[in-house]
Amino acid sequence: MDYEGVLVIGEQRGGRVHSVTFELLARGRALADKLGVKLSCVILGHGLQQYAQEIVQRGADTAYVIDDPALEWFLPRTYCNAVVELIEEAKPEVVLAAATTTGRTLMPLVAARLMTGLTADCTGLDIDEKERLLLQTRPAIGGNVMATIKTPVARPQMATVRPKSARPLPADPGRRGEVVVKAYKREAASSASEKMLEFVADATQEVSVQDAEVIVAGGKGLKTRDGFKLVEDLARELGAAVGATRDVVDLGWIGYSHQIGLSGKTVSPKLYVAIGISGTIQHLAGMQTAETIVAINRDKDAQIFKVADFGIVGDLFQVVPEIIEKLQRAKAHKAL
Amino acid sequence: MHIVVLMKQVPGTSNVKMDENTGTMIRTEHENVMNPLDENALEAALEIRRLRDDVSVVGVSMGPPPAKRVLEEAIAMGADSGVLLSDRGFSGSDTLATAIPLARAAQVICGGRIGPDDLVLCGERATDGETGQVGPMVSSFLGVPVATYVRSIHVGDGYVDVERVVEDGFERLRLSLPAVLTVVKDINQPGFPTLDGKIAARSVKIPVLTLKDLGLSPDHTGLHGSPTRVVRVFRPKFSRDTVLYTQDNSGTATDNLLKFLDSRGLR
Ligand SMILES: Cc1cc2nc3c(=O)[nH]c(=O)nc-3n(C[C@H](O)[C@H](O)[C@H](O)COP(=O)(O)OP(=O)(O)OC[C@H]3O[C@@H](n4cnc5c(N)ncnc54)[C@H](O)[C@@H]3O)c2cc1C
Ligand SMILES: Cc1cc2nc3c(=O)[nH]c(=O)nc-3n(C[C@H](O)[C@H](O)[C@H](O)COP(=O)(O)OP(=O)(O)OC[C@H]3O[C@@H](n4cnc5c(N)ncnc54)[C@H](O)[C@@H]3O)c2cc1C
Repeated sequence: MDYEGVLVIGEQRGGRVHSVTFELLARGRALADKLGVKLSCVILGHGLQQYAQEIVQRGADTAYVIDDPALEWFLPRTYCNAVVELIEEAKPEVVLAAATTTGRTLMPLVAARLMTGLTADCTGLDIDEKERLLLQTRPAIGGNVMATIKTPVARPQMATVRPKSARPLPADPGRRGEVVVKAYKREAASSASEKMLEFVADATQEVSVQDAEVIVAGGKGLKTRDGFKLVEDLARELGAAVGATRDVVDLGWIGYSHQIGLSGKTVSPKLYVAIGISGTIQHLAGMQTAETIVAINRDKDAQIFKVADFGIVGDLFQVVPEIIEKLQRAKAHKAL
Repeated sequence: MHIVVLMKQVPGTSNVKMDENTGTMIRTEHENVMNPLDENALEAALEIRRLRDDVSVVGVSMGPPPAKRVLEEAIAMGADSGVLLSDRGFSGSDTLATAIPLARAAQVICGGRIGPDDLVLCGERATDGETGQVGPMVSSFLGVPVATYVRSIHVGDGYVDVERVVEDGFERLRLSLPAVLTVVKDINQPGFPTLDGKIAARSVKIPVLTLKDLGLSPDHTGLHGSPTRVVRVFRPKFSRDTVLYTQDNSGTATDNLLKFLDSRGLR
């Protein structure tokens, strides 16, 4: 049988299907439509059946649920066995997973078992319609280059996809699809070789930059730790998360979890406000997919303006307080 | 116990210059160095050796002959020996075709077959290719368990306990040995070359293994053995239609910003 169809590997954390699964479904749907084939999605875990319908509503034609207590936590070999078995049975031509700590570990194992190609951390996926091949585009070498990669012969064509690089489709309650619940065939040797002893969740309660709809980010232009408070003030006013450049994190003005860019987080919020940020390629690598970008910088030639939808050239210590004041005034006005 | 540390030679700065006309990298301007995370992997190996008296730390690199330098550097930093995998047949390898010779070399170094007391360490990712795929693929070809994003290692009797950093916290995992671990920067502070190490590096001979020495088929390595093909390399372009205002004392710029945010429903 020939390889046909697109399979996305969904992701769950702590028994809940993660939203990155729906981003993958949006990607997968577009590719499947171009190829004129079916889209399926597999989730592995325990007690996840309730999510099968949503997976269909978000674009899948078939939702596979592989349910077993042994799959509650991500264990590389155990998951690999289950996914390889499904791929050998379903024979999809394209397999996508998220470029998360899970996907980036699982997919290389699966690709090595199947002796096929795998492209890492893709930000662009398309179909070469003449050859019916997946075109996988990814940043490399510190965001300095983009490479487009194909897997011409081996099957399936596999890629991990950078989270937040696509938007989920809205759930369509009218969509119909097939739900297939599958048993996991336990394989004693691999499960004895890897054990989860404990999971320790991050204690911090704040909204992570990756989940925020609005981010206000600051760079070295804020001059001091004290100056950086302006960013936090504007963020509070806009109900936003705070982001920062690497230089700011290195200076200790804010923690690493706020760093946006190549060696930090990749974000794709509705609004990104960049204050006193020059816009180096490494920073842009983490935020250029934001829906709307606003930049404030005193240098009219700053790179950040090249990716901005709206820019103000000026001294941020004048501009930002003025914005905060106007926002506050507007709020007070509304409250009247 | 053998600890095999995989180390890649990479360009010394990530600010690689690009030829805008041809879309290719200009490689001459920078010096090559050991991939920074591989220094952490080496340091982790040396830390394990400090706690036991039966450990041999071996660096392995696949690359053109000058890649020998990273192995000399590793010996200067304290590795016991180094092995270079070099053959015209290895050039153009993607991650799959890189992992096959590396896994094979690990077997050879561990006496023909990796044993229940051996460990393979590598970086979580290299600064140039940045796929992070080589470590897990090597584990697959060795048929041993893997843990990625490792920030702490404790070797027990026949097993290894690690802390693995994930998006929302960290995991404590126990793997049976042999195993492959890929490390992150947080794991340690790499040490510096020592005087003894530098002397050792000068006198040691670094064996070079070829495709044939590893008993591999040319079908599984190099460009020929690589399922992926890079079809285009280009410089990223991100341009938008930018509305630009210059701040003055009139308040026009900020007024327009608020109007702009309203027009997009962002306030
Ligand atoms: C391998 C690698 C990985 C990296 N990863 C990241 C990463 O993940 N994230 C990241 O951000 N960087 C990263 N960097 C660093 C990156 O190259 C830059 O050094 C960094 O992004 C610059 O930060 P910045 O914009 O805060 O500072 P600068 O480049 O110094 O820019 C400060 C800006 O503030 C403006 N300014 C100054 N004063 C004022 C004022 N009064 N009013 C208005 N504007 C003002 C200036 O015009 C300037 O544009 C990485 C680098 C490398 C080599
Ligand atoms: C722009 C560009 C994009 C690419 N994209 C892909 C892609 O998506 N998929 C793909 O399969 N290939 C890709 N390649 C090819 C890939 O970069 C090479 O196969 C490379 O030799 C290994 O991959 P890496 O640099 O990503 O290593 P990583 O997997 O990031 O390296 C992780 C660790 O593995 C070890 N290691 C890696 N290589 C060696 C080595 N040669 N010797 C010793 N130890 C090593 C090191 O410990 C290292 O820290 C790409 C190449 C380029 C130039």
